[in-house]
Amino acid sequence: MISFKGDINTELLDAILQVAERKLIQIEKTAKVRKRVFNILVECLQNLYHHIDQIKFDDREEIEKPSVIVVIARTVRGFSIITGNFILNNDIDQLKDKLQEINEMDSSEIKSLYKKVLSSGTRTKKGGGGLGIIDIARKSDDKLEYGFIPFDSVSSFFSLNVKVSS
Amino acid sequence: MDDIKIKGTPKTPTVNFIKEEGKLEIKGRSIPENSIEFYKPLIDWIEHYSASPSDKTKINIQLEYFNTSSSKCILDVFKKLEAVSGDLIVNWYYEEDDEDMLEAGEDYEAIINIPFKMIEVEEI
Repeated sequence: MISFKGDINTELLDAILQVAERKLIQIEKTAKVRKRVFNILVECLQNLYHHIDQIKFDDREEIEKPSVIVVIARTVRGFSIITGNFILNNDIDQLKDKLQEINEMDSSEIKSLYKKVLSSGTRTKKGGGGLGIIDIARKSDDKLEYGFIPFDSVSSFFSLNVKVSS
Repeated sequence: MDDIKIKGTPKTPTVNFIKEEGKLEIKGRSIPENSIEFYKPLIDWIEHYSASPSDKTKINIQLEYFNTSSSKCILDVFKKLEAVSGDLIVNWYYEEDDEDMLEAGEDYEAIINIPFKMIEVEEI
């Protein structure tokens, strides 16, 4: 449906959302599914935007903003929202633990976790308080698929595939 | 104090806070990257409003989408409203078949000590 690779900024995220919304209206007639895909996409894109660390790759002098990928695909069962971005190796364990924890939960456990985190009053500096990934899992009706590909001594490439059945 | 009237954008909701009518309305979409910035003036307004509120305060939340960054801010709005005296009611609108939005309303209802009324509408 849509694929993108490159540097991101707010304008680009908005453009991707706009195109995705238009295409979804054309190809998916169930509003509930459309909304889930759109919601997940919003969270995934904002995750990319907020967690895009300025990474200094091993073999380069300059600190640069690394590329991300975004793919929205129509699948046999519904939709896949795939994102990929570079993350610091130091952050992998924490992220992996969180994803594993969520994947072991059933939908009612995810729902209670969402409520617990929402009402706990904790807040990350981006405002979400770590709700993003929980909300993504809540709106997806499948386990989160993810992977880490080592890139160099400081960074790895993280990819996330979120599925929605239609 | 002045009323708040903000026109909606593709990423931020329409807001109408009318003191005289005791009517607080948030509708549309709330998916900004930084919600705190958007919601801060609304929360401040409620703080002032709670000093001399209407007998009845009606809060209409009619959202098509909201992101998780907004969800904490919306909770902050409700928490501020808990301190407002008089009759309060939250009308939580959701589009028919949008069980996710209904559930989101029920989440707040469970956390917040204000009566909620869930209202199904054809389109938001």
